[in-house]
Amino acid sequence: MNKKRTRDIILSALLAAAVGGILAWLQADSSSHSYAISIIERSAIYAVVAVAMNMLTGFTGLFSLGQAGFMALGAYTTAILTIPVEVRQNVYYVNGIAPWLENLHLPMIPALILGGLVAAAFAALIGIPVLRLKSDYLAIATLGFAEIIRAFLASPAMDTITNGSFGLNNIPAFKNIFEPVILSAVCILLMVLMINSSYGRAFKAIREDDIAAESMGINLFRHKQLAFVVSSFFTGIAGGLLGIYMRSIDTKTFQVTLTYNILLIVVLGGIGSVTGSIIGSFLINGGQEWLRFFDEPLAIGGVEIPLFRTGFRMVIYSVLLMVVVLFWRRGIMGNKEFTWEGLFGLFKRKRKKETTGGEA
Amino acid sequence: MAENVLHMEHVTMQFGGVVAVNGLSLDVNKGEIVALIGPNGAGKTTAFNCVTGIYEPTYGEVSFNGQTILRNSPKGKMKKLYAGDVPAADVKPLIKTPDQITKMGIARTFQNIRLFGNLTVFDNVLIAKHMRAKQNFLTAALRLNYKEEQRMRKETMELLEMQNLAHLKDEIASSLPYGLQRHLEIARALATEPSLLLLDEPAAGMNPQETLELTEFIAQIRKDYDLSIFMIEHHMDLVMEISDRIYVLDFGRLIAQGTPEEVQNNERVIEAYLGVTHDAED
Repeated sequence: MNKKRTRDIILSALLAAAVGGILAWLQADSSSHSYAISIIERSAIYAVVAVAMNMLTGFTGLFSLGQAGFMALGAYTTAILTIPVEVRQNVYYVNGIAPWLENLHLPMIPALILGGLVAAAFAALIGIPVLRLKSDYLAIATLGFAEIIRAFLASPAMDTITNGSFGLNNIPAFKNIFEPVILSAVCILLMVLMINSSYGRAFKAIREDDIAAESMGINLFRHKQLAFVVSSFFTGIAGGLLGIYMRSIDTKTFQVTLTYNILLIVVLGGIGSVTGSIIGSFLINGGQEWLRFFDEPLAIGGVEIPLFRTGFRMVIYSVLLMVVVLFWRRGIMGNKEFTWEGLFGLFKRKRKKETTGGEA
Repeated sequence: MAENVLHMEHVTMQFGGVVAVNGLSLDVNKGEIVALIGPNGAGKTTAFNCVTGIYEPTYGEVSFNGQTILRNSPKGKMKKLYAGDVPAADVKPLIKTPDQITKMGIARTFQNIRLFGNLTVFDNVLIAKHMRAKQNFLTAALRLNYKEEQRMRKETMELLEMQNLAHLKDEIASSLPYGLQRHLEIARALATEPSLLLLDEPAAGMNPQETLELTEFIAQIRKDYDLSIFMIEHHMDLVMEISDRIYVLDFGRLIAQGTPEEVQNNERVIEAYLGVTHDAED
């Protein structure tokens, strides 16, 4: 038993070292690897939102679709506070900037945390009416609130703060690939710690049976609110990271489709599995790019295949998704987590099949 | 008499025009096993739900160890609709939520087992310890509560060992056989450290041998955990064997109460169960 533990620790350390090595290799020649770097950064950021959504949907049983709204709050807060003071007049050249904001500047990490806190505070506020609802009704209500946030940020009244429909640009970029990856990893680690704590168990109890949970002394509203606020906090931070990654944001960035993309990652990875969400994020973000060759014209034996043209990639992508959802109904990981034991078990089973197949 | 643990006074629960529980008054004293029996649909489970706060009674008062936990009178539309036998006086409502009531020391099991199905046996019991743990979400997430966590785990293990469930601790709750699921549900209720345990049909679906074992088990936990027990049950051999006192409910009304012998010979009880008027058997 103990031997296995040491083995797992060694393997995990090796994996972390390998990931670090690959990242360092990419970073060393960042200009020629900019494409891969950008996919990895985006995947890491999406993974944070997916895990945060999973904490609500998969672990507490609250189906919320407000992610885009909370990401917008985090992104705008972070962006406003990190845009260098010198360039602000250029960014806000149409409407001007609110005087109290003009010289308000924070370094990246405090700005991100503040972005998370703004999202969390807003979640606490809307949680009071919204968390009384169950399942689909909760989803519809949070979806509505997310749209309200978006409309509010774009409204003319907010012009001198959010720059209205012009959006914000000149957001300072990440210095290297390690920044977003490490920040995302820290966020995910904190959420995993929460999920595996006594409070995480209470969340799972609510998911399994809320009446029984209440009869075990778990205050339903307080715990649902806690899950909602903590999830929104990390969604806000991820929004901030996305803003830094994209370097320019406007309210169209945070439309409902963003939420659906995250939902897709959660479902594909497995509802109730943190590692599933992380794998899902890399698959979805990577997959969209890897399938790009379908968009390019292809000729076989001098005959141009008419299907291969711009847009065909999305058709293939949708079909693949449908196949995955049809055949792995519970996602790639189900509600299980990745373990080395499980990975070796997979190989063992395959080998066994092969050997018995050979005998027969 | 022994000190009073649970006291219900004129508890009435009305759903629309249906009075499911009608002016029910009863007492459970310290260390007693009290049974609530009655034909199907008599309002027994509704009465339980009124004690544990799952329903807000339309009228009446429930107190636990001398402290009021629920008190209500009809309001709004119900004022006109109210059809309980006991005329409703206007009182200041006081409604505690189920988790507050559990924290005060009332634990319950459910008629249709409500375990946390996808979680392990160990986690099912451990979750019941969450309520009394001294921690908040930050200390818990950052593992500053590790001593508290260790204590919770140790106590859970002790409880499972005492209940002979320790060898099943890593099993998924919903994969257990029916009888063990019932047993686990009782163990989980005990983990909340109650002084009053409500059992909703603990012997449902059990064969005579299992029922016999359950009878002994209930007597044993009363002794081991210094409990008062209030239960709903249909198996008359179990009820008659183990109960100190019995209340009989029919169509929401209390029709008889007393010791097992008194209730067995009560004509109204026989009538309610057999549905015909006839002479007592002996």
